[in-house]
Amino acid sequence: MGFEDTVLLSRILTMMTLSFHILYATIGVGIPLMILIAQWVGIKKNDDHYILLARRWARGFVITVAVGVVTGTAIGLQLSLLWPNFMQLAGNVIALPLFMEVFAFFFEAIFLGIYLYTWDRFEDQRKHLLLLIPVALGAAASSVFITIVNAFMNAPQGFDILNGELVNVSPLLAMFNPAMPTKVAHVMATAFMASAFVLASIAALRLVQGSNHIYHKKALLLTMKLGFVFSIATALIGDFSGKYLAEYQPEKLAAAEWHFETEGEARLILFGVLDGEEPKYAIEIPYALSILAHGVPGAEVTGLNEFPEDERPPLWIHYLFDTMVTIGMWLAFFSFVFLFGTWGNWAIITKKWFRWLTVAGGPLALIAIEAGWWFTEVGRQPWILRGYLRTSEAATTSGQVDLMIILFAGLYFILGVGTIVVLSRMYKRNPVEKELADRQKGGKGGDPE
Amino acid sequence: MTLEIIGISVLWLFLFLYVIVASIDFGAGFFNAYSAFTNKQHILTGIIQRYLSPVWEVTNVFFVFFFVGIIGFFPLTAFYYGTTLLIPASIALVLLAVRGSYYAFATYGAKINHRGYIYMYGLSGLLLPASLSPVLAMSEGGFIKMEGSQPYLDYWALFTSPLMWSIVVLSLTAVLYISAVFLTWYANKAGDAKATDLMRKYALVWAGPAIVTATGIIYELRDHNPEHFSRILDLWWAFAISFLLFAGTVYLIWKRKNYGLAFILLVGQFFTAFFAYGVSHYPYLLYPYLTIYDSFTNEAMAIALIIAFIAGLGLLLPSLYLLFRLFLFDKDYVKGKSDYHA
Repeated sequence: MGFEDTVLLSRILTMMTLSFHILYATIGVGIPLMILIAQWVGIKKNDDHYILLARRWARGFVITVAVGVVTGTAIGLQLSLLWPNFMQLAGNVIALPLFMEVFAFFFEAIFLGIYLYTWDRFEDQRKHLLLLIPVALGAAASSVFITIVNAFMNAPQGFDILNGELVNVSPLLAMFNPAMPTKVAHVMATAFMASAFVLASIAALRLVQGSNHIYHKKALLLTMKLGFVFSIATALIGDFSGKYLAEYQPEKLAAAEWHFETEGEARLILFGVLDGEEPKYAIEIPYALSILAHGVPGAEVTGLNEFPEDERPPLWIHYLFDTMVTIGMWLAFFSFVFLFGTWGNWAIITKKWFRWLTVAGGPLALIAIEAGWWFTEVGRQPWILRGYLRTSEAATTSGQVDLMIILFAGLYFILGVGTIVVLSRMYKRNPVEKELADRQKGGKGGDPE
Repeated sequence: MTLEIIGISVLWLFLFLYVIVASIDFGAGFFNAYSAFTNKQHILTGIIQRYLSPVWEVTNVFFVFFFVGIIGFFPLTAFYYGTTLLIPASIALVLLAVRGSYYAFATYGAKINHRGYIYMYGLSGLLLPASLSPVLAMSEGGFIKMEGSQPYLDYWALFTSPLMWSIVVLSLTAVLYISAVFLTWYANKAGDAKATDLMRKYALVWAGPAIVTATGIIYELRDHNPEHFSRILDLWWAFAISFLLFAGTVYLIWKRKNYGLAFILLVGQFFTAFFAYGVSHYPYLLYPYLTIYDSFTNEAMAIALIIAFIAGLGLLLPSLYLLFRLFLFDKDYVKGKSDYHA
């Protein structure tokens, strides 16, 4: 097997692991905050529904965390197994946040264990709620640190290369690179946003299935509010991300926007197909790209032709970008309509088709997460460390990557199916109506056993 | 003390902690499966689930800590070990996934207590040490070779090596022994006489094989890596202390006395042996290519990592203390009197 093949195969395996892991990671970062908010609202309003909501979310959450731990360990190790040359270089400069990520995760894992096994152990509910704060903080901090590593890959700094030797390494400078603020904010906001819509999806699904219980309605309203807030935050941060790209990674923005010639008053192109350098059947929004890139309609946006051909990202990332943005916009709009409709008592929001649209929100949000990560990773190509190390130079020379792809594909398939089967069985066996009735009868007996 | 030594000591300590906590986890799974096989499952399952379910994620983090830390302190290891460990490490990942999913699906989730799953979970507890421990054999040299400038793993040499097999067998016996001693103590604390007796029996059964295989490795090293062997002989006194601690554990277990102290002596036994082995391995990370000096990261990163480590420890130790107090040292919890799971 040639070297060329191992690069492609390593990319496929990394893509597989990351695409699978990111679903669990996103939920893992976002859901603790949702549980925290629900439990807090429950304690504050003295409303048992919200407490139970938090508890039932926590039960499902722990299953996704366990799978996330497994896939996270996989990607952590695969970075060294598949990209040894990259990790050797990166280890010298960006090992600090990787290391801190382990501590953050440690912290989260410890308190998650405690939180899960101490329901009703304390007289004062607020004490139990306190235990969740380190879980949420640890989860958020892990994602911050790991995103910093990814930001470094996009905008490496904090070192010099002198005669092939790494010198003047500054771990802090490497961490606080230009890509870091927008990337970290974007990852966090979208994790909260996606988690809220996933939970909203579940509540809406129960309503579509015929339950008319106030519990689900409360769950739906709470999650849609949160979804709306975080989708607005995401949109704002997305705008900053565009300005970051225009400044530091113009080739990524240009490839995403099919913007070939450097020019002012640049239009934004949505969808369409490319005929040479001319987009066809596309939606064009005049000045929008200039505004996205620099905030001014007349601003000049660097075109792709400024870059040598072997340093341009593939043009199909345009569709990934569009998918991400379209879904984000749709969810912001949709949750706005939902909230407005709820306050105004519109008939439409209780219609079945509208509920189905709500159900679609969760899967759509996860698709947007996938599209976003694919966009940022493929959009960095041909670099693994922009400007310093090409992906093609970083891969392993081991000849058995193909076998490992089959092995891990099987593993992820089983884990994915297992998650869905176990989660749906768990909630079906112990529906909320039954649990509420049990609680009223026997006080606090909420355990499925 | 140089930065290199601080770095490797920290990592070695965490690897040691992983060896202990993971052995308890792996062995417990195996005993659980074995007792299911012999229809004595009710004796152990409760105890195993009460202890393991809240802490297995923490166990896993020790492992992640080690491999992230070694890339951080010694980035060049990524090049040698990363390239060559693709298959063994991938297999280990799949086995870890079996264990993680068992906790997720069988104990947290819908309680799938299918026998096949229990057996798979138990078996993974033996296969994992068997797939991870060969790395120790590889570090002795002779298995990782160079083709031009690229390292590769000579599987034939590895699989026909008595050294590799004796390390694998040691890892298995050690896992079962460590786990049995710990669970004897835990079962005793839980006031479960039946489980205590059963685990005590296992502890005594596996004590002999554990010490014989450990000695076997030193013997195998004489031929495989004479340099390392002679350095081990220089440290004979440390291994002698380790043996005395071992004898103490066995004595206490035999006499049914003070299981808590027995477990502490066991940790001492492994600690001395593990560190004596580590010191004798110094300065090599991989014979003869890689030492802790030529693979070390730059000074700025090393200092940053050590500061992060100290800060992290300040956060972790109180948290771990809380975890242990609530689950390991809480009488009602250990005895299974209270169930507070979400």
